[in-house]
Amino acid sequence: MNNVYLSHNNIVSAYGFDSASAVDSIKNEVTGLTLVDDSKILPNPFYSSLIHQENLKSEFQKLDTKEAYTRLEQILLVSLADTLKKSGIELTERVGLIVSTTKGNIDVLDPDNPFDESRAYLGELGKKIETFFGFKNEAIVLSNACVSGVLALAVAKRLIHQERYDHVFVVAGDLVSKFILTGFNSFQALSESPCRPYCKTRAGINIGEVGCSILVTKEKSNLVEESVQIIGEASCNDANHISGPSRTGEGLYRSIVSAMEQAKVEADAIDYISAHGTATMFNDEMEAIAFNRAYLQDTPLNSLKGYFGHTLGASGLLESIIGMHSLHSNTLYASPGFQELGVSQPLHIITKTSPKESNIFLKTASGFGGCNTAAIFKKVNS
Amino acid sequence: MSSPEYYIKSYCLIRDGKVSKNGEILFSDDSEEFPAFIKSAYKHFETDYSKFFKMDNLSKLAFMGAEVLLCENEEQNTALVLSNRASSLDTDRKHQAAISKESGAFASPAVFVYTLPNICMGEISIRHKLYSENSFFIFAEFNPYLLSDYANDLLISGKANEVLCGWVDYDKGKYDAFLYVIAKKGMLPHNTGELTKLYRTK
Repeated sequence: MNNVYLSHNNIVSAYGFDSASAVDSIKNEVTGLTLVDDSKILPNPFYSSLIHQENLKSEFQKLDTKEAYTRLEQILLVSLADTLKKSGIELTERVGLIVSTTKGNIDVLDPDNPFDESRAYLGELGKKIETFFGFKNEAIVLSNACVSGVLALAVAKRLIHQERYDHVFVVAGDLVSKFILTGFNSFQALSESPCRPYCKTRAGINIGEVGCSILVTKEKSNLVEESVQIIGEASCNDANHISGPSRTGEGLYRSIVSAMEQAKVEADAIDYISAHGTATMFNDEMEAIAFNRAYLQDTPLNSLKGYFGHTLGASGLLESIIGMHSLHSNTLYASPGFQELGVSQPLHIITKTSPKESNIFLKTASGFGGCNTAAIFKKVNS
Repeated sequence: MSSPEYYIKSYCLIRDGKVSKNGEILFSDDSEEFPAFIKSAYKHFETDYSKFFKMDNLSKLAFMGAEVLLCENEEQNTALVLSNRASSLDTDRKHQAAISKESGAFASPAVFVYTLPNICMGEISIRHKLYSENSFFIFAEFNPYLLSDYANDLLISGKANEVLCGWVDYDKGKYDAFLYVIAKKGMLPHNTGELTKLYRTK
C-alpha cells in the first residue's frame, strides 16, 4: 500500500495570501479576530476574521481571468493557484481535485446577489474550479459539515490507495454570510466576544473565513520541508443527535481509537493535538470526555479557533496545515482565549507558544449530523 | 485496482411515486406531492419513529431508503456514503426565505440544522445505531466510480464491514433515491456497470 503525504499548501486568510503569513502571526500569538459591524450580515456587531476584500481583488487580478467569479470562487482559485504552481504537477488523468465546503456559494440565494441562483449548486462550484485550472477529472465536492476539511484528506488518501489517483489537490473554503451567521445565532451559539475554547468563561463561537489548499500525494519526490505522512484516519458518527454532540464523546472517541489503530500508535506517541474547540459549552465538554477516554488528557492541545474563528468546511484542512508547520518548527502554538479550565475532565491546554520536539500530531473535528473525524500525521523527516 | 470480491447485497429505488427493493415494487402511491407520498410510504412500512416528522424532505427520502434496506440488517459496522446534486438546497431556500425578512429574526434552528446534506446520514445513524463512517459527496449526476472506489477502500481497510451507498436527491419537489448495500456476500457483482444499470432501471 502506498504511503500518502501532505505537501505544498496555501492559506488565504485575514493574515494574508499564503501559509507563512498565517503561521507567523500564530507564532506571535496575534489573533485574526476583529469586531465586524456589518448590518447586512447581522444587526449587531460580531467577532470574525475576514479576508481583506481589496487585497483579494488584487491577488485575484493576477490570475487574469476571463469571466466573473463569486467571492468564494475567487478565494478558492487564488489559494489553489498558489499550491498548484508551487507543486509543478501537470494535470493529467492521474490527478484528482476535491473541493471541501459546507455551503459553497450560498450567498447567491440572497435576492441582492448579482450571480444566478444556479451558482449555489455545489457541483457548479466544483466545475468552475476544475475548468479554470484544466483538471482532467470531475471535481469531487465533499460536504460533510464541520469535519469536511479533515475528512477531505482522508478521502484523498483513500482514493490514492484505490489507485484512482497519484496526486489529489484539496481546496477548502466557506464564506462568512448572513445565511450562516443568522443560523448560528438562532442556536444562540455565537459569542459576543473573541471565543475562548475550553475556558470557564467561554460563551460560544465566532465564525471566520479562509480558503486553503494542499497537495496530497504518494510521491515522496514532491514534498516540502513541513510535509507529513497521513498514518491514520477515521470518522465515526455519534448516532445520538443531529445538532448536539454526544455526552459520552462516543463518535469522537471511536474515531480517535480507530485512527490510532490504523496508525499503529498508542496515546503516548502523540506529541500534540490540534482539537476542534469551537468554544460552545457542549462541544468542548464532549471533546474533553473523548480525549480522556482515549488517555490523551496529558497531551498538549490547542484550538486555533481563537485565531481564525470557526471556518466551517475549511477548518479541518486549515488546522491540519497549521499543525504541519507546528511539527516542522517544533513549536507548540498557544490556544488563544484560554484562561481557566472550564470542562469537567482534565486537558493539557497550551497556554504559551513554546518549543517542543514533535513528530506526530492528532487532528480532530466534530460537526452537525453527529459526525467526527480524527487524523494522525507524522513528520516525514523524523 | 481490480475490485476484490464484494457484492451488491440489496438495492432500493424511490422515484415516481414508487418504492422498490431488489427490483420488486413494494409500495406505490399516486400522490403528486412528495410530502404526501413519503408520509404514505412511512405508514405503509409501519415505521414507528416520531422523529421522522421533524425531518426535512432530503432526510425523509434517505431515511425511507435506509429503512427498506437496513430493516433486517444485523451488521452494526455499516458505513454510509451518500451523494446527490442539490445538496440541502431545498432547506437552504427555506432558511433563506426566513432570513430575508427583518434582519434574520425568523431564522429557526429546527430548519437551519437541515441546511447540511450530511444530516440525513446522521438521522440514519441514530435510527440504526450506526457509529460508522459517514461521507456525503456532491456530483452533477450519479457517479458510480467514486462511490465504488470509496466503498471498496472502506471495506478493504477494515473501516466498515458493509457500506450503504447511493444517490439521494431532492430539489424543487423532484426526488430520486437509489441506495444499495455493498457486502462480502450478495446477489450481484459490485462494479460500476452493474451500478449504472440498476440506477437507470425505470
